Amino acid sequence: MPKVTVDGIELDVPQGATVLQACEMAGKEIPRFCYHERLSIAGNCRMCLVEVSPGPPKPQASCALPASDGQIIRTDSPMVKKAREGVMEFLLINHPLDCPICDQGGECDLQDQAVAYGRGGSRFHENKRAVTEKYMGPIVKTIMTRCIQCTRCVRFAEEVAGVEDIGALYRGENMQITSYLERAVASELSGNVVDLCPVGALTSKPYAFEARPWELTKTLGIDMSDAVGTNVRIDSRGRQVLRVLPRVNDDVNEEWASDKTRHHVDGLIRRRLDRPYVRKDGQLVEASWAEAFEAIRAANAGASVAAIAGDMADCETMFAAKALVTALGGHLFEGRQTGLAYDVTSLSAVNFNTTIAEAENADVVLLVGTNLRWEAPLINTRVRKAVYKKGAKVFGIGPEIDLTYKVEWLGNDASLVAKLPKAALDALKGAERPMLIFGGGALSVPGVHGAGLALARSVNAVRDDWNGFNVVHFSAARMGALMLGYSQPGGINDVIAAKPKLAFFLGADDVDFAAFDGTLKVYVGHHGDKGAHAADVILPAAAWTEKDFTTVNTEGRVQRSDKAVFAPGDAREDWSIFRALADALGVSVGFDSFDECRAAMIAAVPELGIEGLVDYGWPKDFNDLPKLPARPEARKIPSPIKDFYLTNAICRASPTMQRCSDELLHGVDFAEAAE
Amino acid sequence: MADAPNIPDEAEVRARWGAFAWTPENAEQAKVVIARYPAGRQRSAVMPLLDLAQRQVGAETNTQGWLPIPVIEYVAAQLDMPYIRAYEVATFYTMYNLAPVGRYHVQVCGTTPCMLRGSDDVMAACKNRGMVKGKTTPDGLFTLTEVECMGNCTNAPMVQINDDNYEDLDYDSMTRILDDLAAGNQPKTGTQNPKRHTSDPEGGPTTLTEMVSANHDYRKEW
Repeated sequence: MPKVTVDGIELDVPQGATVLQACEMAGKEIPRFCYHERLSIAGNCRMCLVEVSPGPPKPQASCALPASDGQIIRTDSPMVKKAREGVMEFLLINHPLDCPICDQGGECDLQDQAVAYGRGGSRFHENKRAVTEKYMGPIVKTIMTRCIQCTRCVRFAEEVAGVEDIGALYRGENMQITSYLERAVASELSGNVVDLCPVGALTSKPYAFEARPWELTKTLGIDMSDAVGTNVRIDSRGRQVLRVLPRVNDDVNEEWASDKTRHHVDGLIRRRLDRPYVRKDGQLVEASWAEAFEAIRAANAGASVAAIAGDMADCETMFAAKALVTALGGHLFEGRQTGLAYDVTSLSAVNFNTTIAEAENADVVLLVGTNLRWEAPLINTRVRKAVYKKGAKVFGIGPEIDLTYKVEWLGNDASLVAKLPKAALDALKGAERPMLIFGGGALSVPGVHGAGLALARSVNAVRDDWNGFNVVHFSAARMGALMLGYSQPGGINDVIAAKPKLAFFLGADDVDFAAFDGTLKVYVGHHGDKGAHAADVILPAAAWTEKDFTTVNTEGRVQRSDKAVFAPGDAREDWSIFRALADALGVSVGFDSFDECRAAMIAAVPELGIEGLVDYGWPKDFNDLPKLPARPEARKIPSPIKDFYLTNAICRASPTMQRCSDELLHGVDFAEAAE
Repeated sequence: MADAPNIPDEAEVRARWGAFAWTPENAEQAKVVIARYPAGRQRSAVMPLLDLAQRQVGAETNTQGWLPIPVIEYVAAQLDMPYIRAYEVATFYTMYNLAPVGRYHVQVCGTTPCMLRGSDDVMAACKNRGMVKGKTTPDGLFTLTEVECMGNCTNAPMVQINDDNYEDLDYDSMTRILDDLAAGNQPKTGTQNPKRHTSDPEGGPTTLTEMVSANHDYRKEW
């Protein structure tokens, strides 16, 4: 523990800390551009200069200088002030004075630090350099003249995203940041470089010229586009969500967000269901709420009622629907809309038990039937970290795909789970922290789940301090739905076989609706997508940004999200729809407000009342786990995701996601000529 | 960027160089270069291999060679490194040409010592032969580039033509060298001052004269 003195404050800093970190621990603000906590140290912006003795009698870059015992650091001396002013003046030499038309204005590190540490005027009278724009794909807009060459984007692409497409060409004054041959950066995390860029060189293309940061209302939310449960901030103005930015949560998303999380929100104002519809003579026609409720009442379904939850359903919605269906006497609930039917008698056997944050400590990983990059991009970055920081070895069963790290593919054959090749089995057995990850596709093959549990047992993947058995879900609703009892033993086929007279589809779009032929299909959702096309009655509901809700991510983490904007038109929050419908159908759901609904839900499932990880209780003995068939047949493992950018109704309505899909997955050429 | 190299059209370059592969001798040489570095660190060989590739391109086109995009990718693929990393190296160093050059790549040093010793005359000699900075002459013989210090300041002014240095130049000697090259003769390399051999002082040493014959300890004379 080196003892250092920062501006007269003595403190102990951890071994290996840098001078910059020591200064921060002492409460001193150190301006910086290139330094970023989650990236490697570059030390090229020189903004973090401080005075350190003993050492050379000149300012030192604190981000790259290890703190050592007895150092006396000054951040407030005239030398430091002058050094910062000098660096700032140099940085501004080639930086255009276009803040009024720059999207970064108001949230720009360079702007803020120029005010705080700059000298107020420039002595530079020569021409500034100009750099041509570079094409980086559908998400990132470039104005490269503003670039100060901090190389954060280059380091992010290399170290976190694992897509080495961005680099710095030429040198000296001619240095330019560009993607390789100005092709689109083919990463599902490319939007993060926009946040990393300390200036306005890389800005968000879909958000270009939309708003100023000070106009936006900031609401804390949880992303529902995948099961990672990315912590986000919803920036809205008036009734429109303009953008979504990640929040820092080291347990979940660190500070990253996938492009889908960031940019699917422009689908929130398109293809919305803003009034009820009722099918008359085969045509969906606009109706009032009363007419829609009357159509449901007229079905006279009695107790023959079911509820199917879609991928973006939140816990309160599912609970309210369940309360109504139960009040009507129904007992058919299912959340796995595409027909998955894995055993859920033990929720710990279908949970990401290692936890997302711990995944980066694994030393041998086996991926079974999962395209982590698409199913959970931010779990993929953790596995990548395990590979590059801890030297983990990764084996994979499934189609060979580029996961941004080296995977030893064992073959695309589900039966391999029961008879792993010796090399992989030995590696797992010899591992200190083995991690098995099963994707939704793997669980769709009968026998894989049981074989996986048997494998976890034989390689001792579950120990006192480590649980290496993981299932990664791709649907944000999944764990919450399972906790609320949205599961039939035979999956959705049980519901179909029961031929309910009335079924509620909670934003469920990927159901085989033809199988519900004799059922009155009530779609409670927010987008006119596949579910609405097939519905007999449409009740317009709120999207995830338009309501308070609770959700559980794939590792069983209960998180709450706040309401940012109101739902459009006649659309209502889901719980209130079921509450009103209960009156129309003459039953009681037992709550009259959202708070009562949430309280009733917590009374029913207490774990949903505590934010944080749920303990599903992995049994002490493997024999206490459900006995499952463990002989998977030899066949290919299907992928649950056909198109990363178009996995839900909001994405499919989003022009940005459609363009990402066309350009990055289907090779349509959108490259623009430089401006 | 006004003076950025005029990188040729990608489609044309791919059509011409897409099938680039080492000649048997260069493939051997590449193996030798890669073997100099520890296993797993083979990407350290990127600079010699890019140079080798540039020379092979030069041999194929009877010029000093350049690095078309597919050739850079070929080298990067051999070293198992991302294309952008090899491309960064190729764009960083001025010794790699990103656009075709002529048979003789005339690199005139214009940094202060050379400028004070008359690099303007050297440049004028080049220009009088129809050479334009950054361009190749229509006969494909010469490409003129002005470069920064090449470390021959004691023999300023100097030019580097292909792999040889020509030093202590003036207008006449530069013209003669270019004439010789154009005629296909190899001019004398190194210093063009008949009174010097290398970077030794003209007319013998003026300081440290005692050191000429034997090692002399000057310390007690301070």
